[in-house]
Amino acid sequence: MTQKNSGQAVPVRHKRPARRRAYSAFRGTMIVLVVLAFLVPLAWMVMASFKTNVDIHDTSKSFIFTPILDNYSHVLGNDNYLGFVWNSFWVAFCSTGISLLIGVPAAYSMSRFNMQKSALLVLLARIIPGVSLLVPWYYVFANLGWVGGYGVLIVSHMFILIPISVYIMMSFFDSMPIELEEASLVDGLTPIGAFLRILLPLSVPGIATAGILSFIFSWNNFMFALVLSGANTKTLPVAVFDFVSYASIDWGAIMAAACIMTLPIIVIALFAQKYIVSGLTAGATKG
Amino acid sequence: MTTTSLNQLSGKERFSRWVNARRKWIFAAPAMIFTAILIGFPIGWTLYLSVTDAKGSVRSPADFIGFENYLDVLTDVDRFWPAALRTGVFTFGALAVELIAGMCIALLLWRPFKAQKWVRVAILLPFVATPVAIAMMWRLIFDPNIGFANRLLGWVGIPPQPWFSEPATTLPTLMFVDIWEFTPMIAIILLAGLTSLSDEPDEAARIDGANAWQRFWFVTLPLLRPVVLVAVLLRSIDALKTFDLLYVVKGQGGGSFHEAETLNIYVYGLSFKYNDFGTASAVLIIFFLMILFVMWLLTFRRKGAKL
Repeated sequence: MTQKNSGQAVPVRHKRPARRRAYSAFRGTMIVLVVLAFLVPLAWMVMASFKTNVDIHDTSKSFIFTPILDNYSHVLGNDNYLGFVWNSFWVAFCSTGISLLIGVPAAYSMSRFNMQKSALLVLLARIIPGVSLLVPWYYVFANLGWVGGYGVLIVSHMFILIPISVYIMMSFFDSMPIELEEASLVDGLTPIGAFLRILLPLSVPGIATAGILSFIFSWNNFMFALVLSGANTKTLPVAVFDFVSYASIDWGAIMAAACIMTLPIIVIALFAQKYIVSGLTAGATKG
Repeated sequence: MTTTSLNQLSGKERFSRWVNARRKWIFAAPAMIFTAILIGFPIGWTLYLSVTDAKGSVRSPADFIGFENYLDVLTDVDRFWPAALRTGVFTFGALAVELIAGMCIALLLWRPFKAQKWVRVAILLPFVATPVAIAMMWRLIFDPNIGFANRLLGWVGIPPQPWFSEPATTLPTLMFVDIWEFTPMIAIILLAGLTSLSDEPDEAARIDGANAWQRFWFVTLPLLRPVVLVAVLLRSIDALKTFDLLYVVKGQGGGSFHEAETLNIYVYGLSFKYNDFGTASAVLIIFFLMILFVMWLLTFRRKGAKL
């Protein structure tokens, strides 16, 4: 009996770990392949930004080359590039700030009082193609003399960012127990006092999520700035795009410009990974 | 009682009571007014322009011409219908691949492993990075002469491909870039969904003797359906409106043969290159109705679907 049992058990015991090891080796390989598929193109961009244009054309120097900084000094020195960095930052900063100021209380109301239809109006802004707004906006803003100023860029970006803030903060407030407020009302706070002193401090993670995502969306936006910015208020994506149209063969400099443009977002992604993921999946995981 | 105490209140206190009683609307008003003006006005304006012959400068007076623009657009087999078809092929072709690949990646990363956090950061980069930079990066990689794509093909013995430089290969290549950019986003949304699932149904199915595929298909996937739907909604809304990638790679008109001209690019050209605001507005209204129709198709059986 012992013999028979062990005779059966041994192959079973051996078989499972072997299969499991094979599976985890397979899984590891697949994960590495996935990561490579998404990182190699980005690495190619970064490497090209450190190559001379001769090296970019040289098939034998795909991965091994002598890195140079000329592309970066060319981009940063020549094209008022730092001014465009500042424009992007200032527009993203202001539009994110105002959007949060407007969006957070709205999200609170819509979540607490279940204002489905009002929420739908704000979220409609997510569906509408941005092009459909550009002609009317351009007309009005041109008549107001705003085109080419920061204000028009900030307002147009707020149009994308308010729905994002409302959407993220609504699902954040939905997950907060209503007892929190009730307790603070019993303790003598007014409803607005409870919102300002109890709920807002507790929603800092949600606000950070909405703020980070908003900043990224504003920083990355291309179409609104393409039409509504002026020579001095161009944001980075537009400035880099213009750069391509008159320097279409200087790939090294173009890649350096692209790298500088993406660097802040990569830094944010490295440090705020948790917030970005929770913002993107807000509402999704609750169904 | 209430009236007497109200009379005793100072102006400031009365104001704060008034505000507190109406906080529901005071909180929501700025966002709603802002959105209503910024959406309502352009839509009304677009509807108006779409029945006029507005051309040239927006300021010049336009005549009412009824539904002529709509008729022109809907019978335009040279530009409008190909652009509409391209929009559909681009959006739903890319979306289908993104969903399947995203699901595979999400399942691959689901159970904890070492470096999971770093893998997640790595696949976050494609879709948070600035789309204009990403588009330029792919222009270099797909350059027929110096690009990495053809070098890679050369190493495995495949002849060089024209990628963006031939009309026939442009749209598939653009779809490839969209897939590269947004498969990670779908994967991360699905991964969050998977992580939030309870283990019990899966365990129960395992005890009942279901194999891995059966457990995925009959247990995990049905539970994940709402998350999949949200991912599809978010992605299809944005893919229908793709602008940065197409414009940076192919410019106005979607290239010399309009090979990358989707409805979004078409409308942009009509408005800002030809200043043909009447026609552009008619296309916009039709485009918008198409988007709403797609949204309705995706959500019509699900109450209160969130965007």
